[in-house]
Amino acid sequence: MTPGPPLLRVAGLRKAYRGGDAVLAGLDLDVAAHEVVVLVGASGSGKSTLLRCIDLLEPVDDGTIELDGREITDPRVDADAVRARLGMVFQSFNLFPHLTVLGNLTLAPRRVHGLPREQARERALAVLDRVGLAARAGAHPDELSGGQQQRVAIARALVNDPVLMLFDEVTSALDPELVGEVLDLVRDLRADGRTMIVATHEIGFARQVADRVCFLDGGRVLEQGPPAQVLGDPVHERTRRFLRRLPT
Amino acid sequence: MSDGPTAVSDDWTPSARELERAAYRRRRARRSLLVAAASTAGVTTLLAWALVSAPGWPRVRDSFLSWDAARRSLPDVAVGLWLNLRMFAVVAVAMLLLGLAVAVARQLPGPVFWPVRALATAYVDLFRGMPLLVLLYLVGFGVAGLRLQGVPASATVLGGVALTLSYSAYVAEVFRAGIESVHPAQRAAGRALGLTSGQTLRLVVLPQAVRRVVPPLLNDLASLIKDSGLVSVLGIPLDAVRYAQIWSAQLANFTPYVVAGALFMLVTIPLTRLTDALARRRGYLPQGAHL
Repeated sequence: MTPGPPLLRVAGLRKAYRGGDAVLAGLDLDVAAHEVVVLVGASGSGKSTLLRCIDLLEPVDDGTIELDGREITDPRVDADAVRARLGMVFQSFNLFPHLTVLGNLTLAPRRVHGLPREQARERALAVLDRVGLAARAGAHPDELSGGQQQRVAIARALVNDPVLMLFDEVTSALDPELVGEVLDLVRDLRADGRTMIVATHEIGFARQVADRVCFLDGGRVLEQGPPAQVLGDPVHERTRRFLRRLPT
Repeated sequence: MSDGPTAVSDDWTPSARELERAAYRRRRARRSLLVAAASTAGVTTLLAWALVSAPGWPRVRDSFLSWDAARRSLPDVAVGLWLNLRMFAVVAVAMLLLGLAVAVARQLPGPVFWPVRALATAYVDLFRGMPLLVLLYLVGFGVAGLRLQGVPASATVLGGVALTLSYSAYVAEVFRAGIESVHPAQRAAGRALGLTSGQTLRLVVLPQAVRRVVPPLLNDLASLIKDSGLVSVLGIPLDAVRYAQIWSAQLANFTPYVVAGALFMLVTIPLTRLTDALARRRGYLPQGAHL
């Protein structure tokens, strides 16, 4: 897509959880800057594991992950500094229940990026405004709907201006009528040119938002390409079967 | 962004059926009150009768419930209780801080902290495993006997130290349970933001853990007030129990102990009620206990 090294390069990634079969078995994936890559695949195909490995939340068993041409799976790398450059949004939101919405958003800017309180507050409010929740800055997470909580979680990642955002099935825990507001927000981020890797079961959404769709199966990327091709006319029989089983 | 439900328009007046139900509930409540009163009176009378008709009752009444002994010992026992309360205040703060420090020490990651973790575990094993009474003798007489420079020889201070050692080990376990009850996803979310493991513990995990363990901690505090009376075994600290001991020997009567017990209950009962109220507010106890 773009010349030069990709923003993210995953090569030969292998990961098995203790006492289980390998989830990822030599997975390769390149992501260019400003690209939106959507991961699809059955439950257990390794979408979440891949995202968690990229964010260094799980140690990898083999293979390498490079960010900006620098290997981050090297144990000598400062993992906290790498995570500070990435933004992760979880399926179950994982907001901090003891902090207000504003407290959730200002935590990392103040404690990780060293912003003064006032500046962190201003930035947080600007991002909250962006996700349409400026009015709820003083609320606690349990006072918000699921869709609002997830939008706050996205804002919490966004406020640190990450070079790459990772979305781990961010609508799977939401009521169907609340899914739309979260997906609209992700679409907005794409329009801003954010680089994102999005694991999802929402095939319709994948079609709209993806530059490239990767179908994960057997611990690897079985096939990838433009959404119209992978989701509309897949090469592999395994992909066809997966798509046939989904609604829409 | 999404449409909420249509606002409820409310011009409700209770239906005849609801009025009938409410009246029935009121009748039932009145009846329940009468039954409870009658039952309480009956049980109390029965217990009092069983006590009074016991063959040894006159002697027990004279040696445990002597009005004269109570009147004469009360001022000193009350002065002693003031010492218990002051000890409680100091020991409570010390045990909470030490307990939290030990609980955190057991969580420290990495090989550098292996000795710290091992030490914290040994601390809990040792002081939680040892009877408080034995610990009081060891610290109160053993440590004092060493006559070390800079170590206070006051039995009150050493008794407080023994209480702190024992209780901080319990409290450390309470804090640890709280820390472990915070969902691992909270840690993951903290680390994903770039917080270090120490920051995640301090800013994300501990605030949630401490809130959760407030009711069990209050329980330990109530227990600490009572056990502060055990320092009387060291002989010197003139606390409520020690004064009761002295007056009991002087009057050849057990009533001063009853006085001390009653005074302790004046302090502990409000504290346990507070614990229950807090626990209920936080949803630890069922609200619908009548079901």
